[in-house]
Amino acid sequence: MSAATDSRHRKVGLMAGGIALAMVGLAYASVPLYQIFCQVTGFGGTTQKVDAGSLPSDEQVRALAGKTVKVRFDGNVRGGLPWRFAPAQGPMEVKIGQQNIAYYKASSSAGTPTTGTATFNVTPAAAGQYFAKIQCFCFNEQTLGPGQSAEMPVVFYVDPAILDDPDAKDISEITLSYSFYPLDQPTKAPGLYATGKADIAAVQAGTKDQVARRLPSPARAG
Amino acid sequence: MATTADSHSLHAHDDHAHADHDHKPGFFARWFLSTNHKDIGTLYLIFAIFAGIIGGALSGFMRWELANPGMQILPWFTGGNIDAAYHLWNVFITGHGMIMVFFMVMPALIGGFGNWFVPLMIGAPDMAFPRLNNVSYWLTTTAFVLLCVSMFVPGPAGFDGAGTGWTVYPPLSTSGHPGPAVDLAIFALHLAGASSILGAINFITTIFNMRAPGMTLHKMPLFVWSVLVTAFLLLLSLPVLAGAITMLLTDRNFGTTFFDPAGGGDPILYQHLFWFFGHPEVYIMILPAFGIVSHVLATFSRKPVFGYLGMAYAMVAIGFVGFVVWAHHMFTVGLSVNTKMYFTAATMIIAVPTGIKIFSWIATMWGGKLTFQTPMLWALGFIFMFTVGGVTGVVLSNGGVDTYMHDTYYVVAHFHYVLSLGAVFGLFAGFYYWFGKMWGRDYNEFLGKLHFWIFFIGVNVLFFPMHFLGQDGMPRRIPDYPEAYHYWNHIASIGYAIMLVGMVVFFINVFWSLFAGRKTADNPWGEGATTLEWTLSSPPPFHQFETIPDLRNMKGHH
Repeated sequence: MSAATDSRHRKVGLMAGGIALAMVGLAYASVPLYQIFCQVTGFGGTTQKVDAGSLPSDEQVRALAGKTVKVRFDGNVRGGLPWRFAPAQGPMEVKIGQQNIAYYKASSSAGTPTTGTATFNVTPAAAGQYFAKIQCFCFNEQTLGPGQSAEMPVVFYVDPAILDDPDAKDISEITLSYSFYPLDQPTKAPGLYATGKADIAAVQAGTKDQVARRLPSPARAG
Repeated sequence: MATTADSHSLHAHDDHAHADHDHKPGFFARWFLSTNHKDIGTLYLIFAIFAGIIGGALSGFMRWELANPGMQILPWFTGGNIDAAYHLWNVFITGHGMIMVFFMVMPALIGGFGNWFVPLMIGAPDMAFPRLNNVSYWLTTTAFVLLCVSMFVPGPAGFDGAGTGWTVYPPLSTSGHPGPAVDLAIFALHLAGASSILGAINFITTIFNMRAPGMTLHKMPLFVWSVLVTAFLLLLSLPVLAGAITMLLTDRNFGTTFFDPAGGGDPILYQHLFWFFGHPEVYIMILPAFGIVSHVLATFSRKPVFGYLGMAYAMVAIGFVGFVVWAHHMFTVGLSVNTKMYFTAATMIIAVPTGIKIFSWIATMWGGKLTFQTPMLWALGFIFMFTVGGVTGVVLSNGGVDTYMHDTYYVVAHFHYVLSLGAVFGLFAGFYYWFGKMWGRDYNEFLGKLHFWIFFIGVNVLFFPMHFLGQDGMPRRIPDYPEAYHYWNHIASIGYAIMLVGMVVFFINVFWSLFAGRKTADNPWGEGATTLEWTLSSPPPFHQFETIPDLRNMKGHH
């Protein structure tokens, strides 16, 4: 086989090998791309994280003539985290566009401080992109001391845009589900600072004061 | 080169004479360090037959267990432990699927016939990278050993073997199988994948660089086209599988959370990655069979293939569209309605190029001087089976219908009609078509036809009732079932037994013909067989085309 043939073979062979390597790269690139895709589109029930400023105005809410949707709550804990974790209230009938607050109760039966983090999604999945969370315990790691209990709030609203989506407008019930997972190595020192109570207080103050609620919560900024 | 040519000029200028004077290496060097494309092809075929026996035996035990409700057969292997028997079932379906896909169909069609006949059909002396070819082969066998070992090491707590199905979905394959069985299975897929990628690089380089003068891409035989498209599919899809199962491996062993929601991952992502590979994979298994069937039909119709260019580009189109339909395997994971509409429509579009092929095959036969030797019977069987499987495929491609059919025996019936019957009928067509060319001895025509008819009846009795079971709601991957499903399951198991008799005939034929078959002529099929391999002796010389054939003055060579 001549040197010229050799180099021709090497060229095509290396190009083909390069394609294969690029496809491995693409497989790994798909991981962050998929996450971005889910966050942007609410695909698979990924909920939206928003700040209080994006709440619809009162006029918008009034224009919906009190359309409501029932929100159910669900909570569970993965093995390895000795917590009890459950919603503190039953289903809520919420006005679309209106800000709501719901609580979960968590209590630890461990002898030492334990840390967990919650993942979440909503069903039906089509509702994911319209389920907006302003504040949530799931944004942070949560640490409970031995035997400690805590109330964990989530502040949310259902985006009125849900009524414009042909796939989602007929949804009458949305289930919000959290799963707590143990974190072996908490990135922050133990303490209850993370439940977001201070933020909630600020947001709640905003609920009473229609003007203030459009402002970004100072506690969240810090 | 010059010296070799000189030494050969001492012999008669006759390839047949050369065959006897070829400097074949000794046994070990020839079969273990092989760089000869025909020897490697032979090794692949032997390997595929061996793996097929194991994979087929696994399905035999599965069918035996399903012949009657209750657990009768698998508890024999587990000392009466029913839970272990349930797990063993999962190990069997996993082993059966992986073996048949990666170690039977792919090595036979691509490694076996691809290696044997791509260089012969394009007038090349060998593959572009002969040593890489050898590496590919031994990677495949190593992978197979790893997969077999994985059946005997701990998988889930208390049981042996990977019971994940060939799809290896997390979390069953991660938190559900703490033992090393899944790791071994993943390594097996890694090696088999690396082998196929190297093979694909080899085929692409060979086909692009080593065609004889005058053999343009548009004059290339359709089998070579099919292997070229297949090689590109392998090159584009297998690395994605490799990436996905590597993520699975690090999720299992090194604390990453690609597919674990606890760390922000998503198990559905694995399904997307897997099926981005998995769907092209089914075309990887069927395209070379398309190529073989085209040659067989043209040969026994004594006509060129109808619509040659359409046939070639239909395969290109199938390969291309095959990459954008993967989520039709995932209709029940919670895709939005619009996503399902897209994947439904895209999937149905594949029926168009496939239909072009089916109708072109029929048009090839139209007005031809048909004879019905064994390879022709298998090719006709292929068309029948593949069409049945294609029709049920169009049914399943509907996102709405699939919600009912998902994971039922209807799906099992569908993909066995296109693969177990489609690809395998293509395999047998090629095996009988080239038997004399490869081994230099004719197969026994009577036994070949007997094999066909018994096998044809057997597999239809075996798989057709699965449509009924699926429509009645029987789920796949379950070793036991209520009494209501007994009737058709029992018939399916009888079908397996009939098919098994057919396979016995096959092996008798192979051994009888290898030892006592008549010497095969250079071209036993006559005027219909126009591709270059028929211009050589049977078997071809150890090194063929020392003078590269010049096809610049030939017309319509396919």
